[in-house]
Amino acid sequence: MEDKIIKQISLFSENKSGKLASIASNLKNANVNIRAFTIAEAGDFGIVRMVVDKPDVAHSVLHDAGFTVSETSVLGIEMDDVPGSLSVIADVLGKYNINIDYAYAFVTKSDVALLIVRVDDIKSALKVLSSANINLIDMNNIEAI
Amino acid sequence: MIEYWNPQVERMPVDELKELQEQKLKELVHYVYQHSPFNKKKFDDAGVKPEDIKKLDDIKKLPFTYKQDLRDTYPTGMFCVPNEQLVRFHVSSGTTGKPTIVGYTKNDIDQWSLSLARALTSIGVGRGDVLQISYGYGLFTGGLGMHYGAEEAGATVLPTSAGNTEKQLELMQDLSTTVLACTPSYMLFMNEAAKQAGISLKDDTKLRIGILGAEPWSEEMRTRIEESSGIKAYDIFGTSELSGPLFTECTYQDGIHIWADQFLVEIIDPETGEPLPDGEQGELVITTLVKEALPLIRYKIGDLTVKTSEPCRCGRTHPRIMRVLGRVDDMLIIRGINVFPGQIESVLMNISEVGEHFMIIVDRVNELDTMKVQIEMTDAAFSDKLNDIMSLEKKVASSLKSVLNLAVEVELVENGSLPRSMGKSKKVIDNRKI
Ligand SMILES: [Zn+2]
Repeated sequence: MEDKIIKQISLFSENKSGKLASIASNLKNANVNIRAFTIAEAGDFGIVRMVVDKPDVAHSVLHDAGFTVSETSVLGIEMDDVPGSLSVIADVLGKYNINIDYAYAFVTKSDVALLIVRVDDIKSALKVLSSANINLIDMNNIEAI
Repeated sequence: MIEYWNPQVERMPVDELKELQEQKLKELVHYVYQHSPFNKKKFDDAGVKPEDIKKLDDIKKLPFTYKQDLRDTYPTGMFCVPNEQLVRFHVSSGTTGKPTIVGYTKNDIDQWSLSLARALTSIGVGRGDVLQISYGYGLFTGGLGMHYGAEEAGATVLPTSAGNTEKQLELMQDLSTTVLACTPSYMLFMNEAAKQAGISLKDDTKLRIGILGAEPWSEEMRTRIEESSGIKAYDIFGTSELSGPLFTECTYQDGIHIWADQFLVEIIDPETGEPLPDGEQGELVITTLVKEALPLIRYKIGDLTVKTSEPCRCGRTHPRIMRVLGRVDDMLIIRGINVFPGQIESVLMNISEVGEHFMIIVDRVNELDTMKVQIEMTDAAFSDKLNDIMSLEKKVASSLKSVLNLAVEVELVENGSLPRSMGKSKKVIDNRKI
């Protein structure tokens, strides 16, 4: 079941022009494709979160470029019917006291909606979501998108 | 076993040291009165004659010497010997106004080297050590001063001077440097640069000691440096007007030994000018007892410190001054509260998530002083949850507030984005227009 864990790239960035371009060009030069991307902003800085096809490469490239960067374990949940499945997911996790740290959604080329979720107890989340027949994707799926 | 350069002098009973100082002080006042018209006028204006100095305590009667006196008499108006007796000049850059010129006779250079040779011996540095000097060579006293002192102590000198860190690291490895003399800022920079080059100062070099000075640094910073570089870090003290770098701590790291046969140290109340007893913090005042070219009487250095006359555990009997955390000139007054950059450094270095680099930015918004402290987001402290980062900012701000009694804005910036320094680092930007 652990293979359903997705390695998300998170990095600290000051809110300055050119920062995103620098991240993007570093990844492009290393042939890393970004599948999903979001920024959580707080005043002077932001946290960039990305799902990429080659997280280990992305991590080392960005680290070498001087960014403070980490790999974070998150879940990728497939959603056919967005409003419905979102509440099902929240209900399942809530029932077992698993907290969502943050979540963001994106749509793939094949029109599948994916929800990326960081929870405070990823092992339990994997278990309860699978028992509820909620479809989780893995790194192979991410690469194939 | 404790090694001494000159055990007879370094372990001389305190009473005998005082007698020696008294004798030298009496000679000194006659010498400057005779050879320096500037000093003679100062004595006369203060209504004091050399004959009035009969015992050590009489030093109180003598007027202070200020850095401004050296500027006012630029270039050599305070010198006590004709220029042809000098063997060297050093020039300290003046951030404001004229620079100050210091001249040395051959004997002055020898006394300077002797002071450092004793100091180096007291931290176990000598024959068999390779001492890499990353202080700037040239007009600045750091490089050449340490150079002569280290040679006198018997160490092998590697005179790299400041800058060119890549070369410094290469030579450090190839020539098995055991001791590095530089500013604390440069020590941090070197450690960082080594890491980036895949070199561990701890495992891949023979470095065992850092002699760090020329800018104030805190005890907490020492702990950081010692742990990250795998060295023992010693504080060195001196100022160009007194010759240059002169004194260090001993291996006990319990205050800087000031050689009493060469220098007479007083701590005074900065407001009243009255001498303060041991243990009380005040302004450091030093009288040079053996300098020939530019002797200084009660020179106000501007550092705030505490003195002790208790003999040290190492057996040396000369007085010690505790770590110099700030200079009177460095003090910031924020909304009426006195703040030293060193206090901020102490607080920050006690918080494990905070890196070694920081910047203090002072401004005035709507007639109110504001202080912002920038710190870097380190790999170790990084979390991708906003809450975690914001609580780190809050934790730092509240620690600063509890020590400074002042609201401080804390801003996290990217790792590596604050300026690195190869010499003295600038830690404060004061944007106030007063
Ligand atoms: Zn000692």
